[in-house]
Amino acid sequence: MSDAASALPGAEFSGIVKVREAGLQGMITLRGDLADATLKKAVAKAGGQDMPGQRKANMDEQGGVAWMSPDELLILTPYDEVEARIGDLAKALAKQPHMAVNVSDARALFELSGEGARVREVIAKLCPVDMSADAFGPGDFRRTRMAQVPAAFWMSDEGTLRIVCFRSVAQYAFDLLRGAAAKGGAVDYF
Amino acid sequence: MSTRLANGGRFLDRARALEFRFNGKRLTGYEGDTLASALLANDQMLVGRSFKYHRPRGIVASGAEEPNALVGMGEGGRFEPNQRTTTTELFDGLTCASQNHWPSLDFDVGAINTKLGRFLPAGFYYKMFIHPRPFWKHVYEPFIRKSAGLGKAPTERDVDTYEHFYAHVDVLVVGGGVAGLLAARSAGQSGATVLLIEQTPQWGGRAPVDGGAVDGKPVDKFVEEVTAELDAMPNVTMRSRTMGAGVYDHGYALGYERVADHRPGAAGPRHRLWRIRAGRIITATGAIERPLSFAGNDIPGVMLASAVRDFAVNYGVSVGDRTVVVTNNDDAYRTAIILKEQGLDVPVILDARVLPQDSALMAEAKALGIRVMMGHAISSVKGGKRVTGVEICSQAGEGAVLETVDCDAVAMSGGWSPVVHLWSHCGGKLTWDEAQACFRPDVDNPPTGADGEGFVIPAGAANGALRLGDVLADAHAAGAAAARAMGAERKTSDAPQAEAQDEAPMAPVWMMPNGAGYKKRAKAWLDYQNDVKVSDVRLAAQEGYQSVEHAKRYTTLGMATDQGKLSNINGLAILSDALNQPIPQTGTTTFRPPYTPISLASIAGEARAERFQPLRRTPMYDWHAEHGAYWEPVGQWRRPYCYRKPGESIEDAVQREVKATRESLGLLDASTLGKLMVKGPDAGKFLDMLYTNMMSSLKPGRCRYGLMCNENGFLIDDGVVARIDEDTFLCHTTTGGAESIHGHMEEWLQTEWWDWDVYVANLTEQYAQIGLVGPKAREVLAALTASDVSAEALPFMAWTDITLGGMQARIYRISFSGELSYEIAVKASEGRALWDLLLATGDAHGVTPYGTEALHIMRAEKGFIMIGDETDGTVIPQDLGLNWAISKKKEDYLGKRAQARSHMTDPNRWKLVGLETTDGSTLPDGAYISAEGENANGQRNVQGRVTSTYHSPTLGKGIAMALVLHGPDRMGEVVEVPHIGGKITKAKIVDPVFFDKDGEKQNV
Repeated sequence: MSDAASALPGAEFSGIVKVREAGLQGMITLRGDLADATLKKAVAKAGGQDMPGQRKANMDEQGGVAWMSPDELLILTPYDEVEARIGDLAKALAKQPHMAVNVSDARALFELSGEGARVREVIAKLCPVDMSADAFGPGDFRRTRMAQVPAAFWMSDEGTLRIVCFRSVAQYAFDLLRGAAAKGGAVDYF
Repeated sequence: MSTRLANGGRFLDRARALEFRFNGKRLTGYEGDTLASALLANDQMLVGRSFKYHRPRGIVASGAEEPNALVGMGEGGRFEPNQRTTTTELFDGLTCASQNHWPSLDFDVGAINTKLGRFLPAGFYYKMFIHPRPFWKHVYEPFIRKSAGLGKAPTERDVDTYEHFYAHVDVLVVGGGVAGLLAARSAGQSGATVLLIEQTPQWGGRAPVDGGAVDGKPVDKFVEEVTAELDAMPNVTMRSRTMGAGVYDHGYALGYERVADHRPGAAGPRHRLWRIRAGRIITATGAIERPLSFAGNDIPGVMLASAVRDFAVNYGVSVGDRTVVVTNNDDAYRTAIILKEQGLDVPVILDARVLPQDSALMAEAKALGIRVMMGHAISSVKGGKRVTGVEICSQAGEGAVLETVDCDAVAMSGGWSPVVHLWSHCGGKLTWDEAQACFRPDVDNPPTGADGEGFVIPAGAANGALRLGDVLADAHAAGAAAARAMGAERKTSDAPQAEAQDEAPMAPVWMMPNGAGYKKRAKAWLDYQNDVKVSDVRLAAQEGYQSVEHAKRYTTLGMATDQGKLSNINGLAILSDALNQPIPQTGTTTFRPPYTPISLASIAGEARAERFQPLRRTPMYDWHAEHGAYWEPVGQWRRPYCYRKPGESIEDAVQREVKATRESLGLLDASTLGKLMVKGPDAGKFLDMLYTNMMSSLKPGRCRYGLMCNENGFLIDDGVVARIDEDTFLCHTTTGGAESIHGHMEEWLQTEWWDWDVYVANLTEQYAQIGLVGPKAREVLAALTASDVSAEALPFMAWTDITLGGMQARIYRISFSGELSYEIAVKASEGRALWDLLLATGDAHGVTPYGTEALHIMRAEKGFIMIGDETDGTVIPQDLGLNWAISKKKEDYLGKRAQARSHMTDPNRWKLVGLETTDGSTLPDGAYISAEGENANGQRNVQGRVTSTYHSPTLGKGIAMALVLHGPDRMGEVVEVPHIGGKITKAKIVDPVFFDKDGEKQNV
């Protein structure tokens, strides 16, 4: 495992918020019938969190579960535990159609931290999402676009937001976030 | 002359003097000035030249409607042409230059055009330059392009940054005058979230200049209070310097914020484009005063009456010592009164109306001792580069001069036009207001949103409420209505009450004097920037242009950078008169966004330089970059085309890479290949439908090459499918096809076969994949793993999971080169580690990383097709001799029925063959194979085309693949391939497999 490297190890920028690449994160794409009780139970075990509602995510430091589409979840786990969790899911869901695959290495993870209003602004410069506190906060999840690439994000607390994108565009995503967080760019909107 | 007054200027901070340069001349102004007010304060009346006749042009307005006073702003990386001086805030060190003249602003050779004006009427270019035809391209167009255009294009890269910002609100209020402020207040009090944007730096609009009182307080005091009140409301956001640029479907609007135009070089973006989603949009965009059409109305010093008083009140600038006011309404009297109160001279007010009794404003003007001449008009303005006087006539007559009055400024008012632009952008209809002679929003026909309800609400002057009292009531109601529509219904405060003087009705005046003859009409300007006169519009009507849209394009009325903010209504009134029809029947031209020009950079936002578009990198990208990669864009990926050693040419590098791979060992970064996982009990059935061959019969542990067609039978993708287990397949796609084939699969699963139990995931980026290729491949592989990778344990077209240097790896024994070859997949996070490991282990065999061109050559030597080379969206597998990969047993697959159509089974379809040049040279890419004779267009007949062509280092000669008529039946025949320029190369039709036809090299 020592050879595994995230997309932009150590990449960091400090402007109106702090931007950093957050390293390797275990991620599982699970597709199946989200209303099924067995699946809900298996998800809770794999992600350590209950099944989230539409456009929601239940997350903590260890991992969590995010709603991606009516038949897709993103389960977060420690990077080293992904295969074991997939094994558990496969066992629990053996009797029903589903798909559970490791996508940890297909993704890059970034973290924005700082004043909540500034964190919201940086996202609102790049994503067509209502980032006002009334519309989005901890517990919410959005799967959207960041400028020209797909991205998904959630807030772990008012001053911390995490963004997932594809690994191949990590540099582009970092450049976007760096630009949006550049000094002098505060919007003072939220 | 224009000058700074000792007093006044409510926007100015006279303690802060600013220095700026105009045409190199050093001038001073104050903090709070616009560039226009500062130029006037320095007696710079002449600020530019017009587009066509190069007429002297002065400032005519005080805001966004200004057509004349455009300058080139800034220098180097901050130079920008066509900047409106009336909306440019002055800052210390500002540098600008006037436009459209040569050699200088004062002496312009092009002004000769004005003497030729008679010969340059409307449609002149169309009439003159149509014959002789070839002259257009080679003589006329270059000449016109040279003499046309206002500002110069920047020559340096823009040094500033720009950004977008997404905002979602219940109510967007555009315009921060009293109407916008009040609408925002009542919407905010109702409980809606409100965004209020104003294009200027100040709140209150023109009400404080025009005067009056609200709830017993002077209007400027009232503005101050409301602004403070809004500022304190948590659900209301106010942005000044932000223009409502456009209104689009479903409550989408663009706001253009000029963050740093007034402080260039400050940290942060220069412009911010607000992309706003609003439930309701209130357009409180005010009204624009109309000029009057009289001879000489374009001479510098002739200005809108409202602008004259704006400059006096807001900036403490007098446009002239003696100002003649000419009007058809009461409002212009305010200008006369203000000037008089400032101690300036107003020799006469020429009022085109004849009224039975004086209104309050008229009485006030007379009481100040101003001479008022009712029923009178300007016959013509005297002067050249500035006004020297006016000749007075009766409005009713033909312009016989009754009296000449010396003056250095003329303040004109032809009435007011509500700014209906944003209302109209998305389809709001207009209605003609007879009493005020203006178009205003037809509130019964608003632009409608998804719910079928109108989503734009006009307020105040923009809604035709031109008196202060009406403005207040209308705007207050608009705000509450917008909030109510969004479900916010809290109680609001009462609408404020205004105290304003009664005004006498205006009288429409479209030509001054009424019976002006041709000579006067040819000097009465409608469009100042594009030089369109009353005579031009009349000529257009006379020549049969009845539609206002046609007349606009024929005369260029309203087509300049100001989009006819001053000229449109006057122009269509003249057109209506000439066509002898009422104005509403003529209608307006279409209002299109943006309201005033916005910077292209703001539209691009962050998408420039390294952020112009996403560039996809594999985990080994950095290694490639460090080792001489010559990049090839493949979709958004960058792949090495080849790796150049120091001093090596691209061609040499490619040849070296092919030879090394064939002779010993090559290494390919194949990570970009699409990898789609298909899983479920119905996965086999699903893939049988997607691929032309049978996939359900594939055994776990084995691979099969497959072709994918669309429902029209055309080949869209190919690749190797590996069966992972009973329910799971991994489908490799082409690099460019990963996303589209994923979408293709989802589309069929979601729309047609929604009841099949199949899930698809795109795992392209989960894995780094490396091709280990060449005779030494097995040796290297075996050195890195304890697993058995012998030919028996891992035969051709098999795969296995092994541990490789401590990494979990999946090895596919497949070959796109004809060599013994393994594709090794590991987690992307370990891709670089595997690459380094294979390089180190392969070193003993001279391992050679190779790029996409070597890959292409090796596959062509083997006769393997490439999607995008041998296919172009019109090619079916049968054209390529791939019948072996089309299942005869399957009942159906996508494309099967289409491939049975008569055209698809036509024996005359061009078919794939190899071509070998008789002289060993390499054929040009995309060349045709000629046939006898010519077609109906006089072009040489063709009988085929080259799809791939390379110099084969393995065979030491040029090889090609081609689609040729009856090709497979013509083996050995020599055909002719013409090059561009006429040279012909002869080529022999051969089998497309040039190398190791029996596969001895790959099957070891």
